[in-house]
Amino acid sequence: MIELVGIRRSYALGGETIHALDGIDERIESGEHVAVMGPSGSGKSTLLNVIGCLDRPTAGSYRLDGREVAGLSDAELARIRRREIGHVFQAFHLVPRMSALENVELGMLFDSIPPRQRRERALAALASVGMGPRAGHRPGELSGGERQRAAIARAVVTRPRVLLADEPTGNLDQTSGRAVLELLDGLHAAGFTVVIVTHDPGVARRAQRVLLMRNGRIVRRMPASELRTLDEALAGAAP
Amino acid sequence: MILLDTVRLAWGSVRGARLRAVLSLLGIAIGVASVVLLTSIGEGARRFVQQEFLQFGGNVLQVSPGKVETIGVPGVVGGSTHKLTLADARTLRRIEGVTGVAPNVFGQARVESGERGRSVYVLGTTRDAREMWRIELAQGSFLPEGEERGSVAVLGSRLARELFPSGDGLGSFVRVAGWRLRVIGIAAPRGQLLGWDFDDVAYVPVATALACFDRDELHEIDVSFRHVALAGEIVSAIRARLIERHDGREDFTILTQSAMLEMIDDVLLALTVGIAALGSVSLAVGAVGVLTILWISVGERTQEIGLCRALGARTADIAVIFLAEAAALATLGGAAGLALGLGVAAVIEAAWPALDLAPRPEFVLAALATSALVGLLAGVLPALRAARLDPVEALRSE
Repeated sequence: MIELVGIRRSYALGGETIHALDGIDERIESGEHVAVMGPSGSGKSTLLNVIGCLDRPTAGSYRLDGREVAGLSDAELARIRRREIGHVFQAFHLVPRMSALENVELGMLFDSIPPRQRRERALAALASVGMGPRAGHRPGELSGGERQRAAIARAVVTRPRVLLADEPTGNLDQTSGRAVLELLDGLHAAGFTVVIVTHDPGVARRAQRVLLMRNGRIVRRMPASELRTLDEALAGAAP
Repeated sequence: MILLDTVRLAWGSVRGARLRAVLSLLGIAIGVASVVLLTSIGEGARRFVQQEFLQFGGNVLQVSPGKVETIGVPGVVGGSTHKLTLADARTLRRIEGVTGVAPNVFGQARVESGERGRSVYVLGTTRDAREMWRIELAQGSFLPEGEERGSVAVLGSRLARELFPSGDGLGSFVRVAGWRLRVIGIAAPRGQLLGWDFDDVAYVPVATALACFDRDELHEIDVSFRHVALAGEIVSAIRARLIERHDGREDFTILTQSAMLEMIDDVLLALTVGIAALGSVSLAVGAVGVLTILWISVGERTQEIGLCRALGARTADIAVIFLAEAAALATLGGAAGLALGLGVAAVIEAAWPALDLAPRPEFVLAALATSALVGLLAGVLPALRAARLDPVEALRSE
């Protein structure tokens, strides 16, 4: 379970202080599927980075499964990223010189998992996203959809509790995007907590809940089924 | 991270940018190759000099004027208050165990026969020098027994050939600094030893040489003795005898063959180390190459670094990956340099067999260890740069 209380993230830019997150209070239950929407610069990605322990909040409390993580050391945060959180990025972020299999194994290197076990788990993860036959191919030899599926395999290979996806279909055509979303739906159904940042209401509607953000704040929470367009949803939000 | 995984990751990165890797390790390779090659030449020269020296045997010592305590080169510090004279040399003959005494004086002079002449080293000595310096004669005899003065000369083979092309030198007369000397012997060809050309020299009785050069002082006295084991005893006896003659002052230096060898060995070793140090300058240049390439690599792989952080790498893991890359580049460069150095040495030896190039294992190992260390040091700055990258910024970079 993710509990955020009074989370702020500020940084200086050209002598000015920017409040990327300006007091976030939110609770995401284990196994929930949540979409985060909002205009550009509203703080969606920053929120995802804080939840993913890639960024530290300037103030506030962040509890992951009851454990305060806001003040943890670099090594402790790294451990959480290795074992409890999986990241899926819009740009895939696969290492070009490595095969799909090696890319999936990469995260496990940092957890000192023995090579044989690593390989078995990576092959299984690739098979689970339908990429088994493409395990030996490098990213340059894969389509966009295949790359994102390989990236999802990498995100779930360590069986994390939380899967964070930042615009996972942003670089994909409709068919590939649909396939990726079906995969994410399947992972949610398998018990993963999924938090997805998107501009696309169609993507957000696949979640259970939608969080609408503006100016670093969550301005509206709504069931995904009620979402039509972002503008309409924001129009009904608190100022 | 498991060490093997770190090595694999580093190796993968090196292989992923082969041309760049080759360019960056080239400097290290050239550095190691030059250290290996130059120290091989230095060691070859050292061995050559040792062998040349050893042909005289170990039972010869040299007495020179002037007392030197430190660097072993007579006459550099201090200076003599008493000259080394023929009378000193005669005294040394009476020491028990001494088998030969060669008081020596030498200088450059023109040796002429009729219209022909040649400027060579003229060495004033005695008959005992023949045994000590292993001088073989082609014709005639060496300087006469027991005679310090006489109007005779023994010519080196080349000098004899130049002055008497028809080979009728023996029994002829030559003029040395105005003195008319009869040629009583011609030495067999010998070649050079430590820059001294035994074939282009004239041996004359020591007192004659002193008169020729208008001197009353010897340059040195060479003493041979029965057995090398007696060296200490003989040195003590010579010292006591000369101190007594020199009014209680030790104003001379006794250098045994082994001390001379040691001294030359020290000089040549210092030379070899100096050469190695020069070669290691190129290692430093190679290190700058590794640093530059890795620095650029960190810039280009910023997203990859961000990804690794997102996947759970600690800052230390990132630093270790880049340090391992630096070490891999340097080790590869070192191995390539070693192969190159040994290969060039082999080619040089094949082309000029007289050159005995002898790679010293300790220098080879030191060059390899230094290259790995230098590579690691070169990797520190890029590794720190990579480790300090903010993961969010790194992932966002273009």
